[in-house]
Amino acid sequence: MVDYIHNKGFQGVMNRVVITGIGIYSSIGKNLDEVRDSLMQGKSGVVLDKERKEYGFQSGLTGKLDRPQLKGILDRRSRVCMPEHAEFAYMSTVEALKKASISPEYIRENEIGILFGNDSSTPPVIECVDIIRKTKDTTMVGSGSVFQSMNSSVTMNLSVIFQLKGVNFTISGACASGSHAIGMGYFLIRHGYQKTVVCGGAQEVNLFCVGSFDALGAFSKREAEPEKASRPFDRSRDGLVPSGGAATVILEDLESAKRRGAQILAEVVGYGFSSDGVHISVPDVDGPLRAITMALKDAGINPGMIDYINAHATSTPIGDQNEAKAIDAIFKNSKPVISSTKSMTGHEMWMAGASEVVYSILMMQNSFVAPNINFKEPDEFSAKLNITPVTIKKEINTFLSNSFGFGGTNSCLIIKKFH
Amino acid sequence: MTRENIEKTINGLLIEEFEIEENKINPQAHLKDDLGLESLDFVDIAVIVQKEFGLTLKGEEMTSIRTLENLYDYIYTCIQKK
Repeated sequence: MVDYIHNKGFQGVMNRVVITGIGIYSSIGKNLDEVRDSLMQGKSGVVLDKERKEYGFQSGLTGKLDRPQLKGILDRRSRVCMPEHAEFAYMSTVEALKKASISPEYIRENEIGILFGNDSSTPPVIECVDIIRKTKDTTMVGSGSVFQSMNSSVTMNLSVIFQLKGVNFTISGACASGSHAIGMGYFLIRHGYQKTVVCGGAQEVNLFCVGSFDALGAFSKREAEPEKASRPFDRSRDGLVPSGGAATVILEDLESAKRRGAQILAEVVGYGFSSDGVHISVPDVDGPLRAITMALKDAGINPGMIDYINAHATSTPIGDQNEAKAIDAIFKNSKPVISSTKSMTGHEMWMAGASEVVYSILMMQNSFVAPNINFKEPDEFSAKLNITPVTIKKEINTFLSNSFGFGGTNSCLIIKKFH
Repeated sequence: MTRENIEKTINGLLIEEFEIEENKINPQAHLKDDLGLESLDFVDIAVIVQKEFGLTLKGEEMTSIRTLENLYDYIYTCIQKK
């Protein structure tokens, strides 16, 4: 046991960390092929949910996706313990493991970890409390509720379903959760603590999970034109559109990936993080600026080497403005192409940091930049950036993915084509 | 409610809700060893018994129920006492 612990990483180990599998289940497609096509076509996944209006929501706009039908695929015990976002994550993880050619046999013989970003699980909590209030009898809650309710629901469920034996916990970092999960997985592999980590982000999509967010008046009110509602960086933006699903990114130590002959999709070369330390909901400029700078330093590259930035930009007036200021401060000379895929997907919140890595890798693989749809007229800050409102053909060698969240948590990832 | 109705209701729920194969269902079937039910499933069985028959199954009572017949008997006896 002592040797085992001693062999699990030590200072000075610097493994290269590669991506060998990706999977996606989102409002713009239920698999990689569908999502690639949507990204190329600039297709929106946003709709108006009339039920939200019946419940008095200020905005009924949302990304739309159906729950997968898992009866006949997973046994009852597994299904009973899963909230909807764990189901989404199951779908994206099955796709990613397949893409990575990681079989159940390989999982049995190797220590594979799981780190997912997630920050809520609302309906199971509400249903549990409703039953207890109504019946005054906790036994009526049933067996699945506790496992569905916890923030770590996705990692606890998937680790059991896929029989993973490595690191296993959930990262809650608001709308940067999925990005931090990839960053932490990258650190664990880089420093020799794990060989393979299934990383990702998951986000529930139901009216109650965003009721308290709607209360802040942060959502777009452009209900007459759902597909035009999410318009990051555009002068007439009026708020974000909540959305969700799940994305999986499989990280692996380069030597381990090579040994088993895996197809290498990309390499994670930089992770930067910071906290604004300023305001609970208003994003700052300095915090993101420090996180981007740290990611560049970690990657050992200068800003001019970034070909594409997948911006965090959610379509809120102040958030987009401050991200534009931070990006301009660092990239004013090189002006890399920028788009916020949230213009199509809406804001996938806890999932966004992972899904946007998947979207950007699809662009990298297919040599295009997906559009920042609805970007018609810049404001004085976004005018300084090279934002593309249309799909463009472009070789992407290196991209930066920004993710920022409530409480001023910032996460930036730099990913390169593998050479 | 007749004992036959109790058996029919329980068997139907085990097949539909718990996805147990019909050919495994017989009065002597052991809930754990033959039907593959585990402690977490008994929590859900207690919910079903409450909803279907208005009976509250307590943990200590559940431990004495080992076979399907035990379960039918328990429910039947409780209903008779009502």
